[in-house]
Amino acid sequence: MTAAVVICGVLIAAGAVLALIRVERGPSMLDRTVALDIVVTCLVAAVALYGALERRTDVVPILVVLSLVGFIGSVTIARFAAVEPQEARRVRTREEVQAEDEARLRSEEADAAGRAAARVLEADDALPDRSGPDDEEHGATPPEVVR
Amino acid sequence: MSWDVVADVASTICLLGGAFLAFAAGVGVLRFPDLLARMHAGTKPQVLGLILMLAGLALRLRSGGAVWALVLVAVFQMLTAPVGAHLVGRAGFRTGKVRRELLVVDELSDDLAREATRRRAPVDDDPDDRPHPSAP
Repeated sequence: MTAAVVICGVLIAAGAVLALIRVERGPSMLDRTVALDIVVTCLVAAVALYGALERRTDVVPILVVLSLVGFIGSVTIARFAAVEPQEARRVRTREEVQAEDEARLRSEEADAAGRAAARVLEADDALPDRSGPDDEEHGATPPEVVR
Repeated sequence: MSWDVVADVASTICLLGGAFLAFAAGVGVLRFPDLLARMHAGTKPQVLGLILMLAGLALRLRSGGAVWALVLVAVFQMLTAPVGAHLVGRAGFRTGKVRRELLVVDELSDDLAREATRRRAPVDDDPDDRPHPSAP
C-alpha cells in the first residue's frame, strides 16, 4: 500500500507541476484557467489519496467543497474573456493601432459634429431674428472647426 | 485472503489509475497545441480520474456515510465540470483562441459568419423585405 501511495503521490505531483508550467506559459487567460482546473483536480486527488492512506473520513467534506467551488474560478475568467475584445489577446501591430486610432478619431469627430450641429440648431431657435445665410454658415462650420 | 485485502488491492488499483490520469492531464495540458485540445486533456482527471480516486477512497474507508458523501462529490463534479468547460470553450472560440486550422469540423464559424452578415444588413437579408423579383 505504501509503495502504491508513493507512486500515486509522485504522479499527482508531477501532473500538478506540469499544469503549473502551462499556467506560467499559457498564451491566453483561458489556457491558464484550464491548467488551474487541473491543479485543483490534482489537489482533490491528493486529498483523496491522503484520506485513503490514513483511513480518515474527515477529509471527505474537503472533497465536497472542492468539487463544488472548483468551477467558479474558470467560469468567472471565462466570463471576463467573453467580454474581452478580439484584439486584446495579442500585441497589435503598429498599423492596426493606427487604423484603430483613426477609426476612433473619426467616430469622435462625427459625435462632436453632431453635438455642434445640435448646439447651432438650439442657438438658432434661441435667436430667431438671424438671417438665413448666416444660419447656413453656422451649420457648415462646426465640422471644420472640430477637424 | 479476506475481503478486506481484496478491497484494499482494488482501492490501490483505482488510486493508481486516478493518479495516472492526473499525470496524463498534466502532460496533455503542457504538450497539446491549442485551447480545445488542452481542455480535452484536462477533463480526463476531472471526471474519470476523480471517480477512480473516489472509488479508491471509498473502498478503503468502507463506511456508509463517507461513501455517500463521495458519491455526492462525484455528482457535484459532473454537474459543475461541464458548466466551466462550456463557458471556457465558448469564450475561447468567440475570442479567437482556438486554432481553426486544427479543427476537423467547424460549423460554428459558418453560423457566426452568417449571423454577422445578417446583423450587418438586417433589411436586405430579411425575407419579408426582399426586393420584388420584378425589380431591376
